[in-house]
Amino acid sequence: MARLHVESTINGEAQEFLCDASQSLLDVLRDELGLTGTKEGCGTGDCGACSVLVDGRLVCSCLMLGVEASGAEIETIEGIAGEEGLHPLQNAFLENAALQCGICTPGFIVASKALLEKHPNPDESTIRYWLAGNLCRCTGYDKIIRAVQDAAAKMSHPA
Amino acid sequence: MESYGYVAPGSIDEVLAVLNASIGAGQMTQLLAGGSDVLVQMRMPNHQPRTIVDIKKLAETNRLEVSAEGIYIGAAVSSALMNEHQDLQKAMPGLLEAADLIGSTQVQGRATICGNLCNASPAGDSIPALIAAAGICDIATANGNREMAVEDFVIGVGKNALQQGEFLLGVKFAMPKANTKDAYLRFTPRTEMDIAVVGVGVRVSVANGICTDARVSIGAVAPTALLVPEAADALIGSALDDAALAAAGEACKNLSSPISDKRGTVEYRQKVVAVLCKRAIAIAHKRALEN
Ligand SMILES: Cc1cc2nc3c(=O)[nH]c(=O)nc-3n(C[C@@H](O)[C@@H](O)[C@H](O)COP(=O)(O)OP(=O)(O)OC[C@H]3O[C@@H](n4cnc5c(N)ncnc54)[C@H](O)[C@@H]3O)c2cc1C
Ligand code: FES
Ligand code: FES
Repeated sequence: MARLHVESTINGEAQEFLCDASQSLLDVLRDELGLTGTKEGCGTGDCGACSVLVDGRLVCSCLMLGVEASGAEIETIEGIAGEEGLHPLQNAFLENAALQCGICTPGFIVASKALLEKHPNPDESTIRYWLAGNLCRCTGYDKIIRAVQDAAAKMSHPA
Repeated sequence: MESYGYVAPGSIDEVLAVLNASIGAGQMTQLLAGGSDVLVQMRMPNHQPRTIVDIKKLAETNRLEVSAEGIYIGAAVSSALMNEHQDLQKAMPGLLEAADLIGSTQVQGRATICGNLCNASPAGDSIPALIAAAGICDIATANGNREMAVEDFVIGVGKNALQQGEFLLGVKFAMPKANTKDAYLRFTPRTEMDIAVVGVGVRVSVANGICTDARVSIGAVAPTALLVPEAADALIGSALDDAALAAAGEACKNLSSPISDKRGTVEYRQKVVAVLCKRAIAIAHKRALEN
C-alpha cells in the first residue's frame, strides 16, 4: 500500500509528511517528524502522556490516526514555549518540582494549557477531574495540582 | 498480506459505495468515528488489516441540532461538543451525564456516543442513557435511510443490528417537554476513568405531582443494555413515592442477568442496580420539578 501524503499545521508551521494508514498521530510525531517531546505511556488512551491539541481540542495522539491530522492544526509540547521563553505552566512545573522522571510532564502541560484556556481560574476539583486522564507514577499529583494553580494565578495576574 | 487503507468520503453515497465495493471484493472495512475503540483494537496483535472508512467528513454526521422539532446528534459529534451545547445540556442532562463519564477529557475530545453505541459493549455508558431518552437510530442504507429504536440496535456483546453495507448516521429524539427529564448514574469502584459495574438511565415526565411517563434502562448487568418496561409501569401513575421507586428498582433487579467478575458478584450487581435505579429516578424527578 502506498504511503499516504498528509498536509497539516504543526506548532504553527505548515508540515507535509508521509505515513501508513495504520500509524497513529503519536507514531507520526515521534517517528516521522522527530517530535519526541510527546510521549507514549500506554498507546491505548489511558495515560495521557501523548496529549496534544488538535484544532484547539485536547486529545490523545495515540487514539488518532496520523492521516486524520490532514488539514488540522496540531499543537505539541514543542510548541508551548514562546519567543520570550518558557510558558508559565512550564515555569510553574519547574518551580513547584511537579516532575520527577518527567515522562508524564509534556502530557500534563499540554492538558493543563487546554484547561486554563477554558477555565482560567479552575478550582482544585476542576483541575483534578480535567487531568484525570493524565497518569503520573512519581509525583503523587499534589505538586502537579499546585503547579497548575500557581500558573493560573500568574497568568491571570502577571507580575 | 493485505495492509491497512484509509478513506474519508465526503458524502453518504460515497461511504455506501466504499462499503459496497469492499463487500463485492471480499475486503474488510471498519468505520471510524472518534477512534477511541478502533485505535485500541488496531493495536491488538491479531487485528487484521482493513480499510478504515472515516465518517467524520460528512455534513450529516456532524449535525448537532436542538430545536422544537427535535434533537439530532450526528455520528461524528464528540462528547466534548455535546457538553458544550447549552440547549442540549438543558434538554438531556442525563445523556450528557453519560457522555461525560466516558473516558478522560482527552477521550471525550474525540469519542462519540454513536461509536459507543455501535461498539455495543455491555458496559457502554451512553447506551442505557440513549434508551431512556427514547433515541432512534438513523441508519444509512443503499435503499435510503431506515430507523430503529436504540433498544433494538444492540443485539449482543459487541454486536449491533447494522447489516453489511450500512452505517449509523446519527441518533434522533423528540424534543423533551419541560416536565420531562432524564438522568444517568453508574457505579464504579473509582470516581473517574473506570468501567461501569452497573449503569442506569431513566427518564420521567411529571404533571401535577404524578408521573405520566417513564423509561428505565439498565446497563452492564446483562449482555446488552435493556429497557425495563416493568419499572416504567411501576412509576407511571404514581407520585414517584418510595414504594413506586422500590418497585421500579425491584423490576430492574428482576430483569438483570449479570455475571460475577472481579468488579462485582451477581448478588452485588443486582443489589446495586436496584439502588441506582431509585437514585436516578429521584434525580430525574427533581429535574422535572425544577422546570
Ligand atoms: C481510556 C479510555 C476510557 C474509556 N472509558 C469508557 C467509559 O468509561 N465508558 C464507556 O462506555 N466507554 C469508555 N471507553 C470507550 C469509548 O471511548 C468508546 O466506546 C467510544 O464512545 C466510541 O466512540 P468513538 O467515536 O471513539 O468510536 P470508534 O472507535 O471510531 O468506533 C467504535 C466502533 O463503532 C464502529 N462505528 C463507529 N462509527 C460508526 C458508524 N457511524 N456506523 C457504524 N459503525 C460505527 C467502529 O467501526 C467501531 O467498531 C473508553 C475508551 C478509552 C480509550
Ligand atoms: S500513550 Fe496515549 S494515552 Fe497513553
Ligand atoms: S514524573 Fe514520572 S510519571 Fe510523572
